[in-house]
Amino acid sequence: MKQVPQKDAPLKLNETGTWIREDVSYEVNEPDAYALEEALRQREKHKGEVVVITSGPARAQQVLREALAKGADRAIHLEDDTFVGLDAFNTAKAFAAAIKDEQFDLIFTGLQSDDYGYAQTGVILAELLGWPHATIIMQIEKTDSGIRVKRELEAGFFQFVDMPTPAVLTIQSGINKLRYATLIGIKQAKNKPLKKVTLGDVQPAVGSNLQKIERLYVPQKTKKTEHIDGSSSEIAKKLVDKLRNELRVL
Amino acid sequence: MPDTILAVVEQREGKLNRVSWETITAGQAIATATGWPLEAAVVGGGSSIAAEVATKKVAKVYAIESPKLEPYTPDAFAAALKQFLTSKQPKLVLMPHTYQVRDFVPKLATAMGRTVISDCIGFKYEGGKLVFTRQMFQGKLAADVSFTSDAPWFVTFQNGAFRGDKAEAGSPPVEAVSLDIADGVIRNKPQEVFKEAKQAVDLTQAEIIVAVGRGIKEQKNIEIAKQLADALGGDLAASRPICDSGWLPMDRQIGSSGQTVAPKLYLALGISGAIQHIVGMKGSRAIIAVNKDSEAPIFEIADYAVVGNLFDIVPPLIEEVKKVKAGG
Repeated sequence: MKQVPQKDAPLKLNETGTWIREDVSYEVNEPDAYALEEALRQREKHKGEVVVITSGPARAQQVLREALAKGADRAIHLEDDTFVGLDAFNTAKAFAAAIKDEQFDLIFTGLQSDDYGYAQTGVILAELLGWPHATIIMQIEKTDSGIRVKRELEAGFFQFVDMPTPAVLTIQSGINKLRYATLIGIKQAKNKPLKKVTLGDVQPAVGSNLQKIERLYVPQKTKKTEHIDGSSSEIAKKLVDKLRNELRVL
Repeated sequence: MPDTILAVVEQREGKLNRVSWETITAGQAIATATGWPLEAAVVGGGSSIAAEVATKKVAKVYAIESPKLEPYTPDAFAAALKQFLTSKQPKLVLMPHTYQVRDFVPKLATAMGRTVISDCIGFKYEGGKLVFTRQMFQGKLAADVSFTSDAPWFVTFQNGAFRGDKAEAGSPPVEAVSLDIADGVIRNKPQEVFKEAKQAVDLTQAEIIVAVGRGIKEQKNIEIAKQLADALGGDLAASRPICDSGWLPMDRQIGSSGQTVAPKLYLALGISGAIQHIVGMKGSRAIIAVNKDSEAPIFEIADYAVVGNLFDIVPPLIEEVKKVKAGG
């Protein structure tokens, strides 16, 4: 799971113009919330254990606490400020190193993050582990030979795929409805295991970034946007005027 | 070896995905800027796909074939391309950012110890350095990203970032490349691709679309958007979260998973403008956006912007539209 700036957080560039200033509010990456929910539902159906993992500074622990409050059994926090600037390739390497002694049957990630939007970490992790994977998944069923998943394609198309486990799946939003953490859940979360892993613990696996953000900036607008102001009734009249005389749709 | 660009086009079940023309246009633009030759490749699909690609101006088209490439699986595509790229050693590999490419290209790059800069909207070539531009934070910021690794460099381009109809014509030779994929490599067993439920409405034919996003707050509020759509003689549509919640059926969804539309008028109510939605409507002739967040990315592409509360604006708008239609 990943912690990302809140959707409506005002973003400011840092001094070097290579990242944002960290003084914003954070939240769980929404696609990952669906991944967690799916994991909890699979456990409800088939028993087992739900483990949540994140990499990031101390503040990222909040994402794990919320996941534990929702029902996850234990958490792993790769804690270091460096993780913020690590590319997907090295982030996946860190995860693979951190979980090398675990015996997961399924690994879920959200289909992409709301900050980077690369949609890569899950697929990279599968390759590093040597596991099969499928992306943009809307349904998961257990079968005798592993699992049957429903892959979402563009334009309303879908596809079922039979796969062996263990496997990595990237989960699409809308696969389920997200639950809220209950008060009891929040209380119980305090006593659930939360293991810290340092950068040093995974260092041999993690290398230099293979890509670099040279510049982060406010995009230059190419579109000429006309702002319509005034009272609501004035705006309505102005819009209708545009619809009629400029756009000619009325 | 000289630096070359390889555009890997996409075919699905023997049909060329038309977004591939955009990848060719991108490749031609980068070739012009850098002076590097551009070649194209298609994985699977048969000789007719390669022939279609060979109507564009590239130095050569490779038709990569192997019996195990159909049906598509990430294992097969990654294995085939890894073999091909290891022998060809292009500097830059371009692909369209489709769901299929997203499914295998990070695996392919990782298998080769390389990386992908994905969902790019452009590139810059300055002082001999190639950087790729992509949106971050759901479109609020843009980043110029460079490779700090060895070739091959993998790049995927967002739908609509380049114009497919601007791909220059040509008549390159086609080279068939036959590859073997070992037993046991392919682990997934895909079934037939299908469309879910009947499509009650084809939004691609609508001239006017009124779309709602999270700003509509509750399912019952969709009614006023419907009234506006009716008053305008248009169709109702939605961004993904609305369909995920079941407030409107999936066939009303606009975006990368839903329909891609280009109506005369797209009226976005309470839609923030997440990238996955924008790719489905940025081709609209005119876009009016109503959102109470002045920083919402939708305003980057809107022709007319109303920063305000849609619940205050839509009712009088419906009245004004009705007045005009009644001959006012």
